[in-house]
Amino acid sequence: MSARSTAAAVRAGERSALSVVEEHLAAIDAHEDEIHAFNLVLADESLARAEELDRRIADGGDPGPLAGVPVALKDNLCTRGIDTTCGSRILEGWRPPYDATAVERLAEAGAVVIGKTNCDEFAMGSSTENSAFGPTLNPLDTSRVPGGSSGGSAAAVAAGFAPLALGSDTGGSIRQPAALCGTVGVKPTYGRVSRYGLVAFGSSLDQIGPFAATVEDAALLLEAIGGHDPRDSTSIPEASPDLLGVLGQGVEGLRIGIISELMGGPDRAASVEGIADDVRARVEQAAEALATAGATVEHASVPSTIYGLSAYYLIAPAEASSNLARFDGVRFGLRVDGDTAPEMNTATRTAGFGDEVKRRIMLGTYALSAGYYDAYYGRSQKVRTLIQRDFARAYETFDLLLSPTAPTTAFPVGERTDDPMMMYLADVCTIPSNLAGHPSMSVPFGTGDDGLPVGVQVLAPALDEATMFRAAAVLEGATP
Amino acid sequence: MSDQALIPGWEVVIGLEVHAELATVTKMFSSALNRFGGEPNTNIDPVSLGLPGSLPVLNEKAVELAIRVGLALECVIQPSVFSRKNYFYPDMPKDFQISQYDLPINGVGSLELPDGRRIGIERAHLEEDTGKSTHVGGGGRIHEAGHSLIDYNRSGVPLIEIVSAPDMRCAEDARAYVSELRAILVAIGASDGKMEEGSMRVDCNISVRREGTAGLGTRCEVKNINSLRSLGRAIEYEARRQVDLIESGDKVEQQTRHWNEDDGRTHKLRSKEEAYDYRYFPEPDLVPVEPSDEWIAEIRAALPMLPRERRRRLADAAGVEPSDTALTVERGMDDLAVDTIAAGADAARVLVHIANNLADGVGELTAAPFAALVAMETGGDLTAAQARSVLADLVASGGDPATHASTHGFEAMDTSELEALVDRFIAEHPDDWAGFVGGDDKERKKKAGFFVGQVMKATRGQADGRIVNELLARRSAEA
Repeated sequence: MSARSTAAAVRAGERSALSVVEEHLAAIDAHEDEIHAFNLVLADESLARAEELDRRIADGGDPGPLAGVPVALKDNLCTRGIDTTCGSRILEGWRPPYDATAVERLAEAGAVVIGKTNCDEFAMGSSTENSAFGPTLNPLDTSRVPGGSSGGSAAAVAAGFAPLALGSDTGGSIRQPAALCGTVGVKPTYGRVSRYGLVAFGSSLDQIGPFAATVEDAALLLEAIGGHDPRDSTSIPEASPDLLGVLGQGVEGLRIGIISELMGGPDRAASVEGIADDVRARVEQAAEALATAGATVEHASVPSTIYGLSAYYLIAPAEASSNLARFDGVRFGLRVDGDTAPEMNTATRTAGFGDEVKRRIMLGTYALSAGYYDAYYGRSQKVRTLIQRDFARAYETFDLLLSPTAPTTAFPVGERTDDPMMMYLADVCTIPSNLAGHPSMSVPFGTGDDGLPVGVQVLAPALDEATMFRAAAVLEGATP
Repeated sequence: MSDQALIPGWEVVIGLEVHAELATVTKMFSSALNRFGGEPNTNIDPVSLGLPGSLPVLNEKAVELAIRVGLALECVIQPSVFSRKNYFYPDMPKDFQISQYDLPINGVGSLELPDGRRIGIERAHLEEDTGKSTHVGGGGRIHEAGHSLIDYNRSGVPLIEIVSAPDMRCAEDARAYVSELRAILVAIGASDGKMEEGSMRVDCNISVRREGTAGLGTRCEVKNINSLRSLGRAIEYEARRQVDLIESGDKVEQQTRHWNEDDGRTHKLRSKEEAYDYRYFPEPDLVPVEPSDEWIAEIRAALPMLPRERRRRLADAAGVEPSDTALTVERGMDDLAVDTIAAGADAARVLVHIANNLADGVGELTAAPFAALVAMETGGDLTAAQARSVLADLVASGGDPATHASTHGFEAMDTSELEALVDRFIAEHPDDWAGFVGGDDKERKKKAGFFVGQVMKATRGQADGRIVNELLARRSAEA
């Protein structure tokens, strides 16, 4: 049952919120041990919340468009009085005194927070193997990773633990795990969803976004959490877009471009490497489906996207090195004592952070250092400007762009943990949207040769989530 | 300012960085209160504690106050960007400070000292304050302390950092600059300027060079200066230290030094090599600040009169140099002075009374009775001493000077009574009179003093010294 129909049934008094929550808690009980999607399951809290919602409905109230719908939250979203770990030892035991704006809006829409999902530590990773609390496994094949960093949220939706989940996407952390787990995953326009209460990784890139089993449910969730928030200075001063209303409008007359540089293949010299043939074939098939539905589909060029990965791995670590400085043992989370304040800081950070986080803090610190700033951080910002310019040029010709979401289907657990570069390549197709600040989403479209899901990425210009969702709905209907 | 070199043969070059807390209701980036002296950690929120997930939102009032400062210092007001200044410190919750780096809100400007000289301003930018550490045990020294307590009430309080050009040459210049800057900040309502509460803090860059040379010497930055008096002492100590180093064949090393009030010395905190690499980069959580021309014009139109404008206005009214009005303006009595002069009072007497007799404030004194008092004085109805006494009454209880004068029994002495007294003393002291009539200027002055003194004694101070002098001059001419 979709989130939308569940909410409708609960609002109409045809189903109790309690029964919805119980059903999902039962699913969690049955399979969570195999998957490890959650760092924390809020069983008592979600049952109490469901009862409260049922009482309101019995009293003639309407809790809102997500009434009674369980939502899983990535564990880097602040929840008042509830552990928020970011998958890190350094935040173990910390309970934020406030809710993230997105979490507040879920509450206002009548949703039930069912748990906090596992993720790569501080959202740094593409497989959810970098969590201090152990990896999450792919519900479709537990020998495979679910992708990351929001792997717990993707797995929770794919496993039926929750119809909806929130993740955060800095370089692909929603779309890539969505692709690997066969769910819909959306990275909205930068500024569309308030970042207030999202523990920052790369502040200029981070966006909160939905996971759902269907395009419609993803639209429902994004509508609920989007819109201006005065607590985030980079929040776009606009109301949340109407998405549900446009889903059925189709793609007739739309011009859609397949990004050549993200398709790989032997005949494409100026492309990123590592795009698997079976993935490429599915994207080409998706393009045909859109053409069949009335869109004009052509190849498009966004040349500088091939430099996206390099620029990203300077900009995101640079911002992270500064964002993660506050985890110093002084005010919250872990403290390992030392004789002086600097010794205490060092001991705490040494014990509290995992290897990947330390690697990126060092990368970022180096990139911002005196004498290196221009060569690294400064230069990568120029690449970012180039990417924005190239996208702007492409959008003069096209309404939407298309690419693979991830170069491959879900890879085996442990395959890339000792090879950071291989791991980083998992985000090569998703990173350009973060650098540009544009929306994009992953829609499941058939499977690869291994029978695991393939995600097609639909990219749109800033603020045009509506057109993006129209194409996604068409793809969903044409899934092979 | 002093005309003499502090150390003969050497010139001291001084530039100042003044941090002033802006007088906003709430903090720079959150709605926590900006208030001095509360219970520790009561004016805090997720943003001022730098909690994970919190985000800064710029306080528009802080920007407005910064623009006021920029306008008052005749700075270029420009589009600006916030940057992160990264370094670890326990009382800095995010372990970076949000500041402005390459694009400050206020670019070059200048400050006019009361004597008319101008000190260049390089920039005046916005930044946030840190919390405050208290080191417990070990006499407050961080290295010996058992533990530290941190109060985050100050964390995130808006600051403006005003950086001067190296245009000052002696301690007196520096003190004059800081006094004037403080007067400006207070006048425009940007800050309360209280050095003792730390709402205004001065860091001082000092270098020395041989007189007549042009290049700048290696500078040291002196921190922890908590009063104008310390500023002067620190400059004098540090300049002497640098000159001694050079004269003994050593070099000045670029350092950050700490002024110790107790031993009257500066002590090395860190050398240039040990300086932090702050890894500045643009703050991604904030958007550029681009104040519109209309807004700047609005702020300019609402600016109150600045100290320099007050000095000039009073100077024009009184017919004196602006530097002669500095004290009156500093005491905040220039409105009264201007109004009193406009009511017909003798400007010189007004300024003298303010300088000599109103150090403790104006109390109930207003322009009309002040003018009436000065008129009685200049008209010879009251002596200087009587005028002082009546002025004190006006300060204490207001009212009319004539009433106060008659209450005291101050009556102007008849000139004929005085003439009789003068003639009597001339007759009684012929030798002194001869000295007055025939002596040189010095002798004449001395003898005049003698005769005025005799008359005063005989009248118990009721006589007007000016009239006695006139009578002596008249008699001398007749002699």
